[in-house]
Amino acid sequence: MARVVVNAPARAKRGEVIEIRTLAGHAMETGFRRTQTGELIPRDIITQLVCTYNGVEVFRAELHPAMAANPLLSFTTVATESGTLEFKWSGDNGYAATQSASITVV
Amino acid sequence: MTSRRRFLGLIGGAFAAGEVAAQLDPNIQALRAAALEAAVRKITGGKPVRPGKVKLQVPPLVDNGNTVPLSVSVDSPMTSADHVKAIHVLTEKNPQPYVVSAFLGPRSGRASIATRARIADTGKVIAIAQLSDGSFWSDTVSVVVTLSACLEDGLI
Repeated sequence: MARVVVNAPARAKRGEVIEIRTLAGHAMETGFRRTQTGELIPRDIITQLVCTYNGVEVFRAELHPAMAANPLLSFTTVATESGTLEFKWSGDNGYAATQSASITVV
Repeated sequence: MTSRRRFLGLIGGAFAAGEVAAQLDPNIQALRAAALEAAVRKITGGKPVRPGKVKLQVPPLVDNGNTVPLSVSVDSPMTSADHVKAIHVLTEKNPQPYVVSAFLGPRSGRASIATRARIADTGKVIAIAQLSDGSFWSDTVSVVVTLSACLEDGLI
């Protein structure tokens, strides 16, 4: 249901700064729009993205309704050791999505 | 394909939106400015925000306010002694000023993020960076939006 994509390099040199791009498929309903009959469409957004590197949090973002639909976030981290990058999205109405990417550090 | 009927409908819609905007709270500008100021105060806790160090990149002319690519980078060595703790992006004209708050650390390696935002109207976009020494730096960019996000509800 929840479609998410993560783009991270599979191999990196130790100490190299790697760029990670994440994309989550979500309409990000702002809560400010109305239906044709004038009723407010309730807010339904992703509110948080947390990225952990072998269990240690390296990046966290709080999203607001002003994020575009299908929120894209790109950030960097230092490749310290081989392991996994875990991504967790959470949001309104119990939205939750996880994705992981493994990285080999040489 | 846009038929003649649909085109006329769109034109009519554009006029209707103009009327809605005219019926908005006359203090809307002041209210939005106050909301932005309150948001900045909440982030900084009353500390001064200095311009500099931060580089906010937004296209100066935005065709579609629903997806505006933006990137923020901060001039920082990103060591454990001196790094960027958080980057906040705010807008002036949206119903709520917040766009995104990103929390970084020395393991980020580089203080740079990129994302896509919704921008409701021509105005300023502000990026504020919180450094590990407690200081705040900002960059402000004025953008012109031709097609607004959330225009249909007359919130601009």
